Amino acid sequence: MQKLLSWIDARFPLSETWRAHLSEYYAPKNFNFWYYFGSLALLVLVIQIVTGIFLTMHYKPDASQAFASVEYIMRDVPYGWLIRYAHSTGASAFFIVVYLHMFRALLYGSHRKPRELIWIFGMLIYLVLMAEAFFGYLLPWGQMSYWGAQVIVNLFAAIPIIGEDLSIWIRGDYVVSDATLNRFFAFHVIALPLVLLGLVVAHIVALHEVGSNNPDGVEIKNKKDAQGRPLDGIPFHPYYTVKDILGVVVFLIVFSAIVFFAPEMNGYFLEANNFIPADPLKTPEHIAPVWYFTPYYAILRAIPPMFGSQFPGVLAMGIAVLIFFFLPWLDRSPVKSIRYRGPKYKIALALFAIAFIGLGILGILPATELYTWIARVLTVVYFAFFLLMPWYTKHDTYKQEPERVTAK
Amino acid sequence: MTDTTMDGSKRRFLVAMSTALGGVAAVGAAVPFVLSMNPSARALAAGAPVEVDLSKIEPGMKVDVEWRGKPVWVVHRTPEMLALLGKHDDKLTDPHSENTNQQPDYCKNPTRSIKPEYFIVIGICTHLGCSPTYRSDIGAPDLGADWPGGWFCPCHGSRFDMAARVFAGSPAPSNLVVPPHKYLSETRVLIGVDQDAST
Repeated sequence: MQKLLSWIDARFPLSETWRAHLSEYYAPKNFNFWYYFGSLALLVLVIQIVTGIFLTMHYKPDASQAFASVEYIMRDVPYGWLIRYAHSTGASAFFIVVYLHMFRALLYGSHRKPRELIWIFGMLIYLVLMAEAFFGYLLPWGQMSYWGAQVIVNLFAAIPIIGEDLSIWIRGDYVVSDATLNRFFAFHVIALPLVLLGLVVAHIVALHEVGSNNPDGVEIKNKKDAQGRPLDGIPFHPYYTVKDILGVVVFLIVFSAIVFFAPEMNGYFLEANNFIPADPLKTPEHIAPVWYFTPYYAILRAIPPMFGSQFPGVLAMGIAVLIFFFLPWLDRSPVKSIRYRGPKYKIALALFAIAFIGLGILGILPATELYTWIARVLTVVYFAFFLLMPWYTKHDTYKQEPERVTAK
Repeated sequence: MTDTTMDGSKRRFLVAMSTALGGVAAVGAAVPFVLSMNPSARALAAGAPVEVDLSKIEPGMKVDVEWRGKPVWVVHRTPEMLALLGKHDDKLTDPHSENTNQQPDYCKNPTRSIKPEYFIVIGICTHLGCSPTYRSDIGAPDLGADWPGGWFCPCHGSRFDMAARVFAGSPAPSNLVVPPHKYLSETRVLIGVDQDAST
């Protein structure tokens, strides 16, 4: 065995990679609950890839067969229902863990210097994930698939001058059609997953280069023992692999409960209208995107058309997503973790969380006059969190960070 | 000695030129891939004009025809509907069809049509592409006593009158689009082709 390993190591850095990323990758010893979601996101990615491969074996990316092939998977393919429900639940689970993972960064300043690139890679992963979810949602070719895609592609048509041609180019037709379905399938099953995997590798390589942040937001690399190991670090394997396995077990219990008992999640994970085949001549009464897009959808609807164009709303929605990229540079506080920050940041973050969840709820509901005004207020709060951040983080009070992490 | 010294500026020039040429080649190679995503010959053919027989449409009725995969409404407007059209100009975003993208020039008139009684329009909301519902019931209880008949978009609540002009305050920024069309005879209309300038 040892001989085989040294034969490999002479030809491929197997042991070296194992040591660098697991057995001798030192992570801070004070990780808490919030640190489960990175490894869980990786688990969901694996679930999505595996279930996706098996769905591809039975699915037909053809406008006349797509809807029926999904029903075929649900009824006739052995365990097809399980694989499909795992995939559809996995899509929502992905966004739940990613949103919590991102919120962790806002809590403990994980996006701040020297981890800006980790954050940027992470945001790119988030963008690809949104595109992946959008393309995938067209594939069942139900009413909501169809009209959701129609609405989103038309967002591009609102771009001045090039918009109309751009939207025709995206669809490959004058309306969402077979051509659109076929290309969305190609993006969903091969193009974006390849990009996603590359970005995940970049995200983790960048993380392991600078080392993990922790709930105290202090650098463990500043205090090392004689061997050059961080005093407050513990090897990722076995300590955190074991911790993460606990997270995996709890996650899989909840995940299975949803897959087996509530895969539609009362219309939030799989919308009722999507059980009707796509009909280009009949719009459903109420079009709502799946829950993970609703905060941005509410922002889109909150901005009234200006100069006879939808474009301002589309622009606001785009900026609402892209503004996250600038977070590492917007934050001027001398401390990273919420534990040592003053009241201004705590209030701002709480208001932001309320605005994000509030917009998410409003994006599901029909747009009445009252709701539109609430959405406008929350949109202002949403953008104020980012745009005023240089000011309120600079003038906030803060407590002195400890020298070392404060694990009990 | 001279044959072993490196000419740095020549090397930089060569590297820059080959990088630039390689870049041009990469862009050129991308062109067929990008253009392959445009509508195919089949999709273009499916976008061909559609002929409609107007004599079969009863007054007040609407028929849906499909052109380029979009619903096109052909409405036979009654004299009462036409009489109500001019009465609410002050409530409309664009009562005189000033936005020239929304109709051909020959339909830039109070009824937005070639013949006032036949109204032809693409049934896709200018807000986000939903298809509004035909509500010709004047004074419908859920739309208000002054509802003059028209269309209501169930997605986001945009309202349009019987010439598909949008009411101010709706999410839709502009009137519905009147497609190019021409009369082949008194009762036959071809949707998708502009009327000749001479007729």
